[in-house]
Amino acid sequence: MGAIEKFQEIYENRHDYANIWKAKHPGGKTLGCFCTYVPEEIPYAAGVLPVRVLGSHEIEDYTAPHLFGMFCPFCRDVLAQGLQGRYSYLDGICDANCCMHLLQSFEAWGLNVEPRPKVLRVDAPCTTQSPHSSPFLKGELECFKKDVEEWVGKEITQNDLDHAIEIYNENRRLMKKIYELRKGDRPPITGLESMYMVVSSQLMDKEEHNSLLKEVLKELEQRQLDREVGTRLMMVGSENDDVEFIRMVEQKMSLPATIVIDDHCTGSRYFWAEVVPKQDRLEAIASRYIYRTPCPNRDWPERRRFPQVLQLAKQWRAEGALVIQQKFCDPHELDIPSLREYLEKNGVPTYFLELDVTMPAGQFSTRVEAFIESLMEDLV
Amino acid sequence: MAEIRKYPTKQFDCWNKAKELRMEIYQKLAQKASGEKNWLVVSGGTEGLIGLPAGLGDDYIPFGGEPYGASTGAMGKSEQMMAYCEAKGYARDLCGYCRNYLGSTFGDKFTFGGKYPHPDFYFQLHFCDTHGKWYQPAAEYTGKPYFVIDIGASYRWPKWNESEERKKNKFEYVLAQMHDSIVWMEKITGRKYDDEKLADAVYNEILSTSIWAKCCELNKNIPAPMDEKSMYAFYVIHVLRRHTKEAVEFFNILYDELQDRIAKGIGGAEYERYRMLHNSQPPWYALHIFRYLEKFGVVCIGSQYDFMLSGGWDYYYDKNDVPHIRAAEPPVDLKEKLKTRDGALRALTSWLLDYGLQIKSFRFPMIERRNIDVAIAKDWNCQGVIMHLNRGCEGWAVGQLEMRRALVEAGFPVVTYEGNVADPREFDEARTFARFDAFMESQGLKRLG
Repeated sequence: MGAIEKFQEIYENRHDYANIWKAKHPGGKTLGCFCTYVPEEIPYAAGVLPVRVLGSHEIEDYTAPHLFGMFCPFCRDVLAQGLQGRYSYLDGICDANCCMHLLQSFEAWGLNVEPRPKVLRVDAPCTTQSPHSSPFLKGELECFKKDVEEWVGKEITQNDLDHAIEIYNENRRLMKKIYELRKGDRPPITGLESMYMVVSSQLMDKEEHNSLLKEVLKELEQRQLDREVGTRLMMVGSENDDVEFIRMVEQKMSLPATIVIDDHCTGSRYFWAEVVPKQDRLEAIASRYIYRTPCPNRDWPERRRFPQVLQLAKQWRAEGALVIQQKFCDPHELDIPSLREYLEKNGVPTYFLELDVTMPAGQFSTRVEAFIESLMEDLV
Repeated sequence: MAEIRKYPTKQFDCWNKAKELRMEIYQKLAQKASGEKNWLVVSGGTEGLIGLPAGLGDDYIPFGGEPYGASTGAMGKSEQMMAYCEAKGYARDLCGYCRNYLGSTFGDKFTFGGKYPHPDFYFQLHFCDTHGKWYQPAAEYTGKPYFVIDIGASYRWPKWNESEERKKNKFEYVLAQMHDSIVWMEKITGRKYDDEKLADAVYNEILSTSIWAKCCELNKNIPAPMDEKSMYAFYVIHVLRRHTKEAVEFFNILYDELQDRIAKGIGGAEYERYRMLHNSQPPWYALHIFRYLEKFGVVCIGSQYDFMLSGGWDYYYDKNDVPHIRAAEPPVDLKEKLKTRDGALRALTSWLLDYGLQIKSFRFPMIERRNIDVAIAKDWNCQGVIMHLNRGCEGWAVGQLEMRRALVEAGFPVVTYEGNVADPREFDEARTFARFDAFMESQGLKRLG
């Protein structure tokens, strides 16, 4: 197995990875992160393994007594994992005042999942646009750092924070390097592999992930994929670890296509911005989370995400964008008509798809193929 | 079989006053739309900061998205307004009020007749995921400026052991944004902000919400002097205009009238053999569900929604560690605190962060929020609960099923019905009544008469 394939293995066996990590780190704690706004650098600095809590894309009824069916499929899928005991290795869970959908899963987890984890929370600002957002988050991170220190029973020193920031920044730089390679006429890595790469970074010890990324970069220097690139597509959305969907687009349609770039929180939004070093480490971390590419939920009163999405589409030469949304997500739903109009006015055709826990492959395949056909000058 | 007690009942003396105060806002908005009078119209959510623009002048009219969305539903206009919104590509599962509001904006149609009163600017308080995003499309469409104050990082519930350091940081964050908003409003309107008017608005807001909470407390009485349908006609005054002296005067009149009704044994409904708590907003287009319940001698005595939509409640634990809610008392030195702009904004920030239980409920939706319904059900002498599983409002729907579990564990039977606060296409009346019938049967309640 090459280094690239290792990402998929981690994604598919994420719980094994965490359990092995715990075996290798006696007394080490794992922290389930419900959103990419959790400032992972801080628990990582304390020797904790941050693990993104994700769903499994299976039909379930475990959450029916806890979450009303009008809430997004992702938040229900996440809670279902906890209720089925799949994350029993988690010592704590953490949310960053993200969306109300996931906040429900987070609190329902704290109430109902055994063994009961330590419940930590970062009361992050809901907007990233106020001039007071970053100073406020810095103050909140000071409190969060104390919470983590109390939980693990040790002080987080400046050196610990520096080490964590460096590891995380290196991870971001390496993944960006790999994303850069997707700008080429023949990207050496597919959209599916790229998603496995990003999501596995949310599940692994970043230091180990960095080693893997360095191996992958070497592999990619020589790699020639035996597949047609076809139409270059961008994916825009929220939590979209729908690997079956990307597999369908890239491997199972009669018209070839490749996802060359994305804007979602299991993709570029997770790692694009680095922590810019400052004398005050928590201020530096706070700035990173405020000025990163925003989730639509925190992008108001202006729409600052749109120009960034367009820039990615242009730089990676996307011929069209698949705008994908988890059903029932109001912040995305209030962006999508304007986002589509914005992209289309700027020469990026779009196609909208609404996701649920599982993916209707037949229907989506027909629809995406029709969209790709509309982008092609010539079918032959 | 014991005879079922019949209580005297009568229309509220202040009923017409409530209607007049409510309609005055919409009449002025219609004047704005027709060009008859150029009121300074500011649009945004009404749970938060309708008092802040008051410093811009006496011609300021708040135009609240939520009460407008509710009125649109109650007046049977939702399908028309939502169609304008959906035609623009907005999802059908988006917040019901938001679709009514945006649809009216795009269609240039006012529920109360005529063209839509497009505001001079948009001004929002954010603590629901939909809040900050709601007015983005409207502001883009009309080209009007938009400001949002973020209060989503609210104080935690008492049992979360929040440090004073954390609370101070949150307080300063909200306060700083409020100060910024005044500078912003002066800039975009070209007007000088009047701090005395701000002081009056903050004073009135704090008093209105406190007195309304005291009115709700009087509903612990048996018979309850207000049925829930009447409460909707009253609570909307503090939703629409709690920053005005007319609102304070009205709630004082209402409070006195409620005490008088209690003294005379006058109920909100004739029969009250089974008291129920309602959870969430009602389906505004189907308020007759409350009349249907009355056929069984059932009275709804209120809900978290109409009690605490705009603050004014203190959540606390008694000496036996049992949670309760009570009307929050305004600070004794309130007038003193309001002498400066900063003092007034501090007073408002404290009031919202300490007593804005809705804000906490949305951002901390389960672990303690579920206690509130149990506290109301116990302290307001309820026997059961009706829960509207509301597909039209994420904020009031968060945590609902955990609340249901907590109520059942506390011994309160719960009947749920599914609907949408504003979209009648998501409400099945026959199914709802069938569920009510089955619930009543399970409680041994037959129709009266």
